[in-house]
Amino acid sequence: MLALVLPSAHAAILPEDRVDVMYHGYEGGGLTVEGPAVLVRKAYKDKVSVWGNYLVDMISSASIDVVATASEYTEERTEYGFGADYLHGKTMMGMFYINSTENDYEANTAGLSISQDFFGDLTNLGISYSRGWDTITRTGDETFEEELDRQSFGVSLAQILTRNLLININYDSTTEEGFLQSAYRQVRYLDPNAARGYSYDPALHPRTKTTSAIAARAMYYLPYRASVKAEARRYTDTWGVDAWNVEFGYVHPFDFGMTTELRFRYYEQTEADFYSDLFERQAAQNFMSRDKELSTFSTMTVGGGVSYEFATPWLPLMKKGEANLFVDWLRFDYDSFRDVTAEGLAPGEEPLYGFDAVVIRAFFSFWM
Amino acid sequence: MRNRILTMVLLALGCGVAGGCSSLEVKPWVSPYERNNLADPIMSFQRAPISAGYITHVYQVREGASGAEGSTGGGCGCN
Repeated sequence: MLALVLPSAHAAILPEDRVDVMYHGYEGGGLTVEGPAVLVRKAYKDKVSVWGNYLVDMISSASIDVVATASEYTEERTEYGFGADYLHGKTMMGMFYINSTENDYEANTAGLSISQDFFGDLTNLGISYSRGWDTITRTGDETFEEELDRQSFGVSLAQILTRNLLININYDSTTEEGFLQSAYRQVRYLDPNAARGYSYDPALHPRTKTTSAIAARAMYYLPYRASVKAEARRYTDTWGVDAWNVEFGYVHPFDFGMTTELRFRYYEQTEADFYSDLFERQAAQNFMSRDKELSTFSTMTVGGGVSYEFATPWLPLMKKGEANLFVDWLRFDYDSFRDVTAEGLAPGEEPLYGFDAVVIRAFFSFWM
Repeated sequence: MRNRILTMVLLALGCGVAGGCSSLEVKPWVSPYERNNLADPIMSFQRAPISAGYITHVYQVREGASGAEGSTGGGCGCN
């Protein structure tokens, strides 16, 4: 959650001192994830701002991948992170560390960033570097342990174009090396000896991947007090996945302390070179995957939110508070991943898979 | 490899611009006193970092493409 780390979209200024307490929920495709999250950020002497976060995901999964080849499970993921930003003149320097732990996956990420204002503070240019190191184990197999290393470089440009228009351009390149797959997922292949016409084998992904992503965002202040946002992003990687998305948002505040927000997002991607829903035979090729996240599919999101600002005379040290509720509806439509839970159909004739999901974020924010 | 070279070139360009332009006196075409609209909280790309980070994480776990969205980190519970 490096988003927690980025101090400002368009200027070298320290972020506001604030406390956020959130309940989050995700439900869709047989998967339920919910839990609390806390983020605290505090500045000292207008020079340094430190932050810390804690998040819990309580996961209950009977997703199509689990139903097809395993049995329903529950688990918990905890994430904590901390970091600091140091402001020196027009230069901001940041560092962070984040740890995420599940019973079968531990992920660590640490990074540095530096950004500088130019041209009368109209331009902000930044570079960042982060490194990740993960350890993957498999429940029920004490001999299984794999590693994954990750390095990421980023460049960002924020530009004030007019008194009402901001743009932001980000480029990231990430190289990953190690165990780049799920420890559980399998591939499906035609098997005339099997009663249902197919069997499963463990998936095998390449052990290196390099990704590139570039995004452009614009924010415009309307003639009345409201803003519109647009985003376009493009992604490619060495596995053959080519993806893009667009997003539009609208924020409308009201005089009595309420702010409403609407957004629409559309995403689509092509499948990886070694992906197939149904391979022609066992060990058909060197690398094989049936991860639906590596298939050809699209995602659509329609979301909205409402925030209400209130005074906090009853709360010491706090200047004001805000209650927020955001709800997003997501639709996933797969073009090359079939629903194997459909019975009585020949292999490869099953209907294409798709599902709806709802994401809820309910949180209180307090400014110090 | 091509991506690495591109990254290094971009980083070098970024450093070059940073070093070369910091001493230039460019008159800003939007003066500081004209930026009150831009300073409005509704003009923030991420009004609430905790909630923006969470929805980005949802996309990272469910989609095959991450990067350039100002968010990263591993672990997902995505089986």
